[in-house]
Amino acid sequence: MPVLSSADIQKIRQDFPILQTKVNAKPLIYFDNAASTQKPKVVIDAVSSCYEKNYSNVHRGVHYLSAKATELFESARDTVQNFINAKHREEIIFVRGTTEAINLVAQTYGRANIKSGDEIIISTMEHHSNIVPWQMLCEQTGAVLKVAPINQQGEIIFEEFEKLLNNKTKLVAVSYVSNTLGTINPVEKIITSAHEKDIPVLLDAAQAVSHMTVDVQKLDCDFLVFSGHKLYGPTGIGILYGKKEYLEKMPPYQGGGEMISQVTFEKTTYNVIPHKFEAGTPDVSGAIGLASAIHYVKSIGLNNIHAYENQLLQYISDEIAKYSDIKIIGTAKHKTSIVSFVFDSIHAHDVGTILDQEGVAIRTGHHCTMPLMHFYKVPATSRASLAFYNTPEEVDVFIKSLSKVRQVFDV
Amino acid sequence: MSDLRELYQEVIIDHNRKPRNFCKLENCTHEAEGFNPLCGDKVKLYLDIKNNIINKISFEGAGCAISTASASLMTEFLMGKTVEDAEKAFHLFHELMTAPAVSSDHEIGKLKVLAGVREYPMRVKCATLAWHALEAALQQDKGSVTTE
Repeated sequence: MPVLSSADIQKIRQDFPILQTKVNAKPLIYFDNAASTQKPKVVIDAVSSCYEKNYSNVHRGVHYLSAKATELFESARDTVQNFINAKHREEIIFVRGTTEAINLVAQTYGRANIKSGDEIIISTMEHHSNIVPWQMLCEQTGAVLKVAPINQQGEIIFEEFEKLLNNKTKLVAVSYVSNTLGTINPVEKIITSAHEKDIPVLLDAAQAVSHMTVDVQKLDCDFLVFSGHKLYGPTGIGILYGKKEYLEKMPPYQGGGEMISQVTFEKTTYNVIPHKFEAGTPDVSGAIGLASAIHYVKSIGLNNIHAYENQLLQYISDEIAKYSDIKIIGTAKHKTSIVSFVFDSIHAHDVGTILDQEGVAIRTGHHCTMPLMHFYKVPATSRASLAFYNTPEEVDVFIKSLSKVRQVFDV
Repeated sequence: MSDLRELYQEVIIDHNRKPRNFCKLENCTHEAEGFNPLCGDKVKLYLDIKNNIINKISFEGAGCAISTASASLMTEFLMGKTVEDAEKAFHLFHELMTAPAVSSDHEIGKLKVLAGVREYPMRVKCATLAWHALEAALQQDKGSVTTE
């Protein structure tokens, strides 16, 4: 398998206008890709071209622009379907992002199927967006949230997860990849074992889709959710994938235009999927931008991206490991290019400010995983999350700026 | 590096390493918790106020150098002061963090070392966390406050 060469990466970097930014007169080193990725010119162009040439509200319009916008919007759905290999195009629902997708499942599938005493399983490493919607559902229904524990490396303890599965379990909702640790969870095993007990599984794939090939039919997951902006696409657009048999039975989420079939003051009947879940004017340019991002990522190749990012991960992890005053949080066997770390005596927030002076953008804090911080007994971590447009040379600058941190704190 | 020294002055590094009045105060008359949900920084503030005088003040918590040093410097500054002085200091400190230049610098003494924080808008909340806890402690005898 050909791994992207240094020349390939330099060419790729030219596709991202923002990578030319100078921060404090130093070249920007963007290591905050798990929070959001930067946008290639083709995506920016796709969004502006939508507004310049092809924009109108979608569906039901008889005029030229409405037809054109609808065609592009619906073709974006096909692109997403193809990207995650969904069986049917109507299994792709456009939402605002991962968070909205999880809330949608909690409030529709959850409210209809989960009752008092039932159990929902998540894991210790979940993002708040895969904790709080379930807690809200539990408050509303009297269901109970169960948490599958992890080991110190940051891997779900599979035997403990399996023990939690029982006839009260109504849903398993876990992240495919941890946003804080980078752990790639054994989702195939999780799904197989949940399905043996007829329990549906929702995968939070927000941190997965930009790093590896995701095939929902092969995985056999029941729901899969992700955001466009973490996949080099625009903000404000995301995807809920759900198996047709589930989506068809689920009640609608929001009421309004587009999601209806017939409305009278006495009774309203709902539209078919996917429209049943897409009330109101959708994010037309966002969907078109997302489709463009998917085409871009596919043109580089997710296998190439995965292999190259693995090399970067190995390099940055090895470099950090040379320093005894830094501890890496999350050392799972299977990881994406995310490295969380803590200094012995220096708070992550201070690390972030000092690195920013050197032009290095990392994220510091709890990364919306407060229970995980609690598990590791740290108030916060510094997180470097790398993408395929990052380079080993940037890692070298990053490592050098860590010594600036020590200098400032005189340690 | 020189820019960073403006922010991380020796006094701040020192107070971060050896925070003053860093303990729980038994039998305090006032207490409040400050929490920065953005980064998870926590500070718990204890005050012993009698006859309108802050006899003792201490704090506990976990935070970055800026928030720890700010809390430490605040307790040092307020020890023995009246409640009105403390209220005034709260407003002066807030001004120090947000206004471009402060005319009343002399009134806040050593707290001036935190002036560099105003060049880092993302960090202002770190420096004001303990002060918000102070305000909460003074206003509602017991309670919790966030920076949001």
